[in-house]
Amino acid sequence: MPSLKLLRNLWKRSEARAFPLAQAEILTALQARLQEASQRRLGRSLAVRHVDTGGCGGCELELQALASVVYDLSRYGLSFVESPRHADVLLLTGPMTHNMKAGVERAYAVMGQPKWVVAVGDCAIDGGVFQGSYACGNGVTTIPVDVVIRGCPPTPHQILEGLLMLLEANATGG
Amino acid sequence: MMEIAAFIRAAQKEELRPYPRFLLSAEEWQAMSAALAKTLHPALLALWAESDRVHALLQDENGDLLPVASPIVNGAYAALSPARPAAIWFERVIRDLWGHSAEGGRDHQTWLDHGTWAIEAPLSRRPKARLGEELPREFAAPEEEDVHQFALGPISGGIAKPFHLRITMHGDVPLTAEFYMGYAHKGVMALMRGKLPRVAARFAARLSGDATVAHALAYAHAVEAALGVQVPARAIALRAIMAELERIAHHLFQIGVIADTAKFGILHAGCGSTLEELRASTARAFGHRLMMDCIVPGGLAADIAADGQATVLGMLDALQGKVSDLAALSFSEPPFLARLQGIGRLSEQLVREFAPGGPIGRTYGSHFDARRRPGYPPYDSLEMPLPQAASPDAAGYLRVLFAELRTSMDLARRLLEHLPDGEISAPLPVSSGEGLGVAEAPRGDVWHWVRLDGGMIAASFAADPSWRHWPLLEAALVGEAMEDLPLCLACFHCSVSAVDL
Repeated sequence: MPSLKLLRNLWKRSEARAFPLAQAEILTALQARLQEASQRRLGRSLAVRHVDTGGCGGCELELQALASVVYDLSRYGLSFVESPRHADVLLLTGPMTHNMKAGVERAYAVMGQPKWVVAVGDCAIDGGVFQGSYACGNGVTTIPVDVVIRGCPPTPHQILEGLLMLLEANATGG
Repeated sequence: MMEIAAFIRAAQKEELRPYPRFLLSAEEWQAMSAALAKTLHPALLALWAESDRVHALLQDENGDLLPVASPIVNGAYAALSPARPAAIWFERVIRDLWGHSAEGGRDHQTWLDHGTWAIEAPLSRRPKARLGEELPREFAAPEEEDVHQFALGPISGGIAKPFHLRITMHGDVPLTAEFYMGYAHKGVMALMRGKLPRVAARFAARLSGDATVAHALAYAHAVEAALGVQVPARAIALRAIMAELERIAHHLFQIGVIADTAKFGILHAGCGSTLEELRASTARAFGHRLMMDCIVPGGLAADIAADGQATVLGMLDALQGKVSDLAALSFSEPPFLARLQGIGRLSEQLVREFAPGGPIGRTYGSHFDARRRPGYPPYDSLEMPLPQAASPDAAGYLRVLFAELRTSMDLARRLLEHLPDGEISAPLPVSSGEGLGVAEAPRGDVWHWVRLDGGMIAASFAADPSWRHWPLLEAALVGEAMEDLPLCLACFHCSVSAVDL
């Protein structure tokens, strides 16, 4: 009977919450920092547009992990959006191949003000292992970068910390 | 003409370890190409070049490998694409990177080279300088009334890879689908040249992030074969454990993506949280969540952590129940299964022409698994259940993924319980040679070819199964309703970086 199933499911703890946080203490510390920051100025959240500038896909795996139920980004006011026009943050991964350069610059150009750029992973920062190739620039060099998050790839925690740092800096800096 | 395999085997043999190569003259190569057009065997697994020759990796119906090569004459070689459509993408890459043209080829447009590099044919003997200017690109468009084009990428979706997809549609039914790639071309083969094999392993490990273990393993197999290195038993077992953990991670991710695309939120969430537990245990045991750079030619970069064995075994224990729950959840949800049924159907002819590998291949009835054939240690001494038949659509693919999850969990557990003691690495001699290595990646068979000269990488090539899967995906998209496009993309889940090199 559907109503019985419904009642059982209501009684049961939600699947999503039943999973323990990967590192609860880091997350709570960051959450506390964010709450403090957002009280000061941010009456809003950050919308993030990710662009892969030609990486191996490792950073994307960790971004997907970050977007999963374990990290539950929406509680920090962070969300991934599909269009750069809707985004406050352009999050770049990969070594910025020459073939992707025009696309990335176009995405940056259509973003509304104020806008931030976050370079995630060693490739996006300085080309990483692909430094000096005929096919890439050495990371993101043609648009201004606000935050860098090191690692090959950085863990979801490190990426989260970098994004929250941006929120905090924005809140206290202006 | 006699059977192709026999014809090839009659040619001059060259040393390539462990599978000898057959050197054909330009005329013999052309004869081979003509003969291939008349039959579906042998299948083409890879096609690549050097500055003075072209290489192909063929596989006959028994699973035996036939590496062949032929000299380049006047900057050209006879195309294989009229006989094997899987050769089209390879031929375009050979043109863009080495500058050799495929005579009689089916597509001469550029592929990786969008005109933005400061040199032309970067892997040729003397790359020509030029001003970087974007090259025009044409897409096939049927001249009919009421037809419109739909373009996607290279920036699309939420967290997506860079590729461009051009679809012409009649109403909401795609008439043609064409991918345009090259956005992730990093020049990996040029970077590997002139480096020590262990240094170059970092590039092999970054061909595709979700198959980093498998690519590093196939590359290590190739280098070890070329140099005649014996890998210690402990390293062999730990490598296989990592490869199986990578497969589990990939399949969990895949099921999650399919569930997300089909709007089955709870399955997506369950896969995500289970995957995070696996990643936490691999980070603890191997020092890296994706196990990147752990495998190097000769063995391993580092041993498993002191408590690694117990950590991973504990994780596998917990995983057992969770995977059963996820399977029960998937297969007890008729709307979800109905959504997947019939998606991604392909003609038998196409499947045989492209010889897909891994779980995609097994969904369409091919039982090819590189762990079994040609096989490599430790799988030759491990029993593995044969894959079960599945319906050739997305629902069947889901069943294949769950079956492989169970097999991989079982393999990883057995290997961990009987982990041999001893060394984890053997020294690499400074010498020359050629090797071909294979590993079964989560997506299928990954091939690496290397030529070493005085202990340094002189030339290399890597073939991911995605080379054969992308064109199949193009075919699967045609005729499907537009709303099924994301599901098709999610199921095939081809690697961009591995084919963009």
